[in-house]
Amino acid sequence: MTAIPHAPNRPDAALRAEALESLLLEQGLIDPKVIDGLIRTYEHDVGPLNGAKVVARAWTDPEYKERLLADGTAAVGEFGFKGPQGEHIEVIENSPSVHNVVVCTLCSCYPWPLLGLPPAWYKDPAYRSRVVREPRKLLGEMGLDLGDDVEIRVWDSSSEVRYFVLPERPAGTDGLSEEELIPLITRDAMVGVGRVANPA
Amino acid sequence: MDGIHDMGGTEGWGTVSIDPDEPVFYEPWEAKAFAFGALSARLSGTNLDAMRHAIDRQHPYDYLVDGYYGRWLGCVETLLVDSGVLAPGAVEARARKLRGEDVTEPPTPTPHKPDYQPTGPGSLRAVDTPPRFGVGDRVRAKEHAPSGHTRLPRYVRGHEGTVVAVQPAQVLPDTHAHFKGENAQHVFAVKFDSDELWGEGAEPFALTIDLYDDYLETAP
Repeated sequence: MTAIPHAPNRPDAALRAEALESLLLEQGLIDPKVIDGLIRTYEHDVGPLNGAKVVARAWTDPEYKERLLADGTAAVGEFGFKGPQGEHIEVIENSPSVHNVVVCTLCSCYPWPLLGLPPAWYKDPAYRSRVVREPRKLLGEMGLDLGDDVEIRVWDSSSEVRYFVLPERPAGTDGLSEEELIPLITRDAMVGVGRVANPA
Repeated sequence: MDGIHDMGGTEGWGTVSIDPDEPVFYEPWEAKAFAFGALSARLSGTNLDAMRHAIDRQHPYDYLVDGYYGRWLGCVETLLVDSGVLAPGAVEARARKLRGEDVTEPPTPTPHKPDYQPTGPGSLRAVDTPPRFGVGDRVRAKEHAPSGHTRLPRYVRGHEGTVVAVQPAQVLPDTHAHFKGENAQHVFAVKFDSDELWGEGAEPFALTIDLYDDYLETAP
């Protein structure tokens, strides 16, 4: 295999992307429509709203929640959520006594069909390194303080299994419908670095 | 390979901040890099594991400086050069030409894509043999440090944990990334206590990671 060595003063990323694109176009290897379609899909269609729909359904439909925890891939498939990085989805449930948080220490594997592409913090070396070594301290720095009585479980996504956190439903939301719950549910809660806040 | 990508437990990185208004892509080139990356296995006649290994192989300096999508861009170039779709240095030469330098571009090579055909879509496979371990079994992660691709991070090597789930069987990244066979095998979710990984005085928590059969042995 050929490794491309690091070179000083090399052209910046924007220019190298443009160069790569022009070479691939010249050889007829890529179709600009396909490129634009891929970008549009992940900019506009596939994102945390998908995951929020799954969580809101699980909070309001006990039978759905049971299916989701038993076979995440099939249960999210009921919404049509599938595709790259969604071959096998496993849902892990937070409770008052157990807090789950997900990482990929080796790259940045992430459940794309449910959350879209990973945010910068998830890809940050500081997150990838520290959440498997001092999760309570790191989560505290990220704004999530967990009591000493809460057990922390960290999940490192090293195979093709993608972990998705089912956050706790906040108090004071009993009267809200599935539709009303959806906008409350954040990406960070579905990775396990935040909680879903009480809307009051 | 024991590269810069294997970050679990390494120190000195500082803290993490969350940008609440983060766009999907900060720069248009990041979106392009993502799209090329998504197509890269097909364009190079390789696979997802080869792609991850191409990211691992970025120079450690570039790995950090380029950021996530910069690494994708680098990995696409690596895969295409490895497969002879692009000549070594072709991207750099074209980029310099685009910024007005007088450069001679290397001729387009004859592709030599790997002799590789997947036996099925994706990475999950059916395996006939029963799993070697069951839930509750004590296992040890091997001291397995190949120079090629692996998904066994350094921080769990040599440590003992408990199997908490038998995951779907999958192709083995270590051989699949190098087109040396899928070696589909069982994968086990293994839970490690934090003090087993980080010693006495570690924050109390449990770390669960999916480990391929080849990475494990029965705990002594």
